[in-house]
Amino acid sequence: MIDMVVPELGEYALILALCLSVLLATVPLVGASRGNALWMGFARPLSKAMFLFTLVSFICLSWSFLYNDFSVVYVASNSNSALPWYYRLSAVWGGHEGSLLLWALILSAWTLAVAVKSRNLPQDIIARVLAVMGWVATGFYLFILFTSSPFERYLPGYPQEGADLNPLLQDFGLIVHPPMLYMGYVGFAVSFAFAIAALLSGRLDAAWARWSRPWTSVAWAFLTLGIALGSWWAYYELGWGGWWFWDPVENASLMPWLVGTALIHSLAVTEKRGVFKSWTVLLAIFAFSLSLLGTFLVRSGVLTSVHAFASDPDRGLFILVMLAIVIGGSLLLYALRAGQMRSESSFGLLSRESLLLVNNVLLVVSCAMVLLGTIYPLIVDALGLGKLSVGPPYFNALFVPLMSIMLVFMGAGVISRWKQMNIAMLVQQLWLPGVLAVLLGVGATWLYAGELQHWVTVGMVLAWWVVLSGLRDLFNRLRHRREKLAGLMKQSRSYYGMVLAHLGTAVLVVGVSLVSIYSEQRDLRMQPGDSITFRDYTFIYDGNRHVEGPNYTSDQGQIRVLKEGEPYAEMHPEKRLYTARGNVMTEAAIDPGFTRDLYVALGEPLENGAWAVRVQYKPYVRWLWLGGLLMTFGGLLAASDPRYRKRRSAPVTAS
Amino acid sequence: MIRLLSLCWLLLLPLSAQAAIDAYEFSSEQNEERFQQLTGELRCPKCQNQNIADSDAPLAADLRREVHRMVEAGESDNSIIDFMVTRYGEFVLYRPRLNETTWLLWYGPFVLLGIGALVIVLISRNRRQRQVAASASATSEGSRQNGYQPSEGLSPEEAERLNQLLQRDKDQ
Amino acid sequence: MNNRKLFAFVPLAVFIVLGIFLWRGLSIDPTELPSELADKKRPIPAFELPSLIEPEKTLTPADLKGEVALLNVWATWCPTCKEEHGFLNRLARDEGITIYGINYKDEPGKAREWLRRYLNPYQKVVLDQDGTLGLDMGVYGAPETYVLDAEGRVRYRHVGAVDAQVWETLQQVMQKVRTEAAG
Repeated sequence: MIDMVVPELGEYALILALCLSVLLATVPLVGASRGNALWMGFARPLSKAMFLFTLVSFICLSWSFLYNDFSVVYVASNSNSALPWYYRLSAVWGGHEGSLLLWALILSAWTLAVAVKSRNLPQDIIARVLAVMGWVATGFYLFILFTSSPFERYLPGYPQEGADLNPLLQDFGLIVHPPMLYMGYVGFAVSFAFAIAALLSGRLDAAWARWSRPWTSVAWAFLTLGIALGSWWAYYELGWGGWWFWDPVENASLMPWLVGTALIHSLAVTEKRGVFKSWTVLLAIFAFSLSLLGTFLVRSGVLTSVHAFASDPDRGLFILVMLAIVIGGSLLLYALRAGQMRSESSFGLLSRESLLLVNNVLLVVSCAMVLLGTIYPLIVDALGLGKLSVGPPYFNALFVPLMSIMLVFMGAGVISRWKQMNIAMLVQQLWLPGVLAVLLGVGATWLYAGELQHWVTVGMVLAWWVVLSGLRDLFNRLRHRREKLAGLMKQSRSYYGMVLAHLGTAVLVVGVSLVSIYSEQRDLRMQPGDSITFRDYTFIYDGNRHVEGPNYTSDQGQIRVLKEGEPYAEMHPEKRLYTARGNVMTEAAIDPGFTRDLYVALGEPLENGAWAVRVQYKPYVRWLWLGGLLMTFGGLLAASDPRYRKRRSAPVTAS
Repeated sequence: MIRLLSLCWLLLLPLSAQAAIDAYEFSSEQNEERFQQLTGELRCPKCQNQNIADSDAPLAADLRREVHRMVEAGESDNSIIDFMVTRYGEFVLYRPRLNETTWLLWYGPFVLLGIGALVIVLISRNRRQRQVAASASATSEGSRQNGYQPSEGLSPEEAERLNQLLQRDKDQ
Repeated sequence: MNNRKLFAFVPLAVFIVLGIFLWRGLSIDPTELPSELADKKRPIPAFELPSLIEPEKTLTPADLKGEVALLNVWATWCPTCKEEHGFLNRLARDEGITIYGINYKDEPGKAREWLRRYLNPYQKVVLDQDGTLGLDMGVYGAPETYVLDAEGRVRYRHVGAVDAQVWETLQQVMQKVRTEAAG
């Protein structure tokens, strides 16, 4: 009998979580302002209870999906009994309502993590941090319960079968991509909460930066992974071989990433040198605000996007009010408090501080550019100046030069010193990596392509520049040590985290340069027996075969691939018909490789048994996601540095 | 009405997951490249947010056919773009033209970058002057840190506070 | 020091401006496109196409001139066209409105059968089987309804079904065009 009311249980659990979040948002805050330890002490148990009830709610919804309870509207519109069990579970976050519940679950999980992991923080700080998390959580619980409850029922009559999950989402990519992305978005709520807590307490100091750093790094790592997974998923699932479309939804994830990257670097300066405090706080507010803004853009219908959720102006209004309160409130607090902050420390124009500031400016300007391009159609429309579109040509034209400048400074920044250095020293350090980077970059481009296409050359030179200046820095660190290997072991994890992330950037740059310029694509009509030759590969089309899947039927192309005349692989691109909704889907066949992907997709059937076929050659496309993975590991490694958990700063062992 | 329309689009959305592939023949490789370039930069008026190269909407197919016809007829990129704009408006251009309306879009980021550069120069100059005035300790070059050294850039009060906090951690 | 305090308000100010635009954005439909023809008051682009009802006859833009009229783009494959068809019939019959039709990317046989079954509100129907006229007019989704003035220039476009509410707007536009011509 209990299984009849599972959705109701889920809803009640969510209401309880809401009540707990309201308590969490108020009680510890009042306690902190009055110095009442008892009230502040409520923060941790409330956080745990909030997580528990959100988890119960999430499990209830998952249960309804797993057992095909089509009396629940959300289940009926996003699932189907013919779906394999794992897609029924991932369908929980396949639509607007469920993905919001996932968002809430992850938010409460981060809150729990902060409550558990920060035992060594002063009580008033932790009370304020958790209270701010409570505020954000309250907003999301209200949003779910008032506008987007996934537990609503069809009553009294309900469909016997569900409408099926969008076939695009029936894929491993969907199982992992949204949770990772949300871990990133929501993770910035922790940095945000630390920043707000610091503003509230009026104590914005190096200790604050130090507490915030590991959380920010972890959130950034997850966001990086989420974006990389999303790009990989779009590449193989959408069927046209693109990996970044500058769609508003993608931009919504890129903006917090850019600001988050700036934040990581700025936090480092604030912790080590005590400068840029108000700027760092502002970045922390921005990073989370942009995550929220992304939610608004995707779910309100103000922008058209391929991935947008079913839009609903009521939901849009609700999120906008929430944005106004959260972002407006925190920026007001910032304006009132940050004006009084002063940095005592000083640094010269040529110093690590100012180079990191340059990095910050470039990242923030890039983010502003992406934001401007994303909402410009809306601005123009709202001013009654007509409709226009801003797409990939615009973003590429501005983003690529901005990032190129940043890579130049990245190499210099790694090698620079705090406070002040003279130009002669910088030149002395960097001339060799610079010359080598130009030689190797130009050489590599020439070897690969036999020509010097300007953007590819720039990309290759910059990638080498980043790697070589990093090596130079490592060399400097080891120069005075007698035991080189022991010296390597002595470097901190956060140092190696940085190295890994910067290496990832270089790898990414190589991938982007080569795949953007040297991808080849042919759309052609193929009859059984036809072949096409591409680079070293010959594709022979042997006709189609009919294949039955669990919830689809498919025309499967049979394509033999020869490499330099020798049999190399068989590829099976598909055209699937998902029977529940009658959706047709292209399922591309990909032969992945470290230096190139072969990518074949089926188009429409033409007359006489011929098919339209798209064959693509994608050089170094894997390097995009490899770079993303390296950055992710770099972020996690840096966050795992034991010094963040050390109770007391150990003296640095002098060499 | 809007609701109905959005319902239409909802239904259309999953259908757009098939790649739009047509087997056009080109008289030269340059023409094929131009075709790919142009269809990649023109927006399909009917779809959510797709260029006409990727969209499988019937309208996008019609527009690809027109682009193919004009490319093969040897018309210039500009005349093809004008052809689209006279029919569907500036909306179809993913690369907005530079005019009074888009001035902010194209130059705004560079203005911002200039302001950023100016601020950096001013701040570091300002700070250095303050430092010189205070005749603080000479610029030390060996300040590179591997581990954590709390005192380096912090004011005495801050360092004191940090120590206090860290001490408290230990006591807890 | 005062400057510094003032600067701290810049992010808030930027956000408020952004928020106002986002709020305005909620009431704008980004998928609805303006018509280039209507914006610039251009005439219907040149065409020479057969008539659906009398296939031997050729229609040109001159056939759509003479009075303020509606021009409706429709097809049998378009469900919303079916939805608005009854309303168009009523407009033609009860209000005496001149309605021309463009049968867009359709099969003529099916289209004639449709007009037999659901009645014909159109005075003339242009048969645009390849969608070339539609393309030249910037049609992006059937049904679309245009207001033409007496010289055959396009004055307004509505995308989507015509119902009582839309008709109010169309009527106002037609009234305005008529008084303009009279004055």
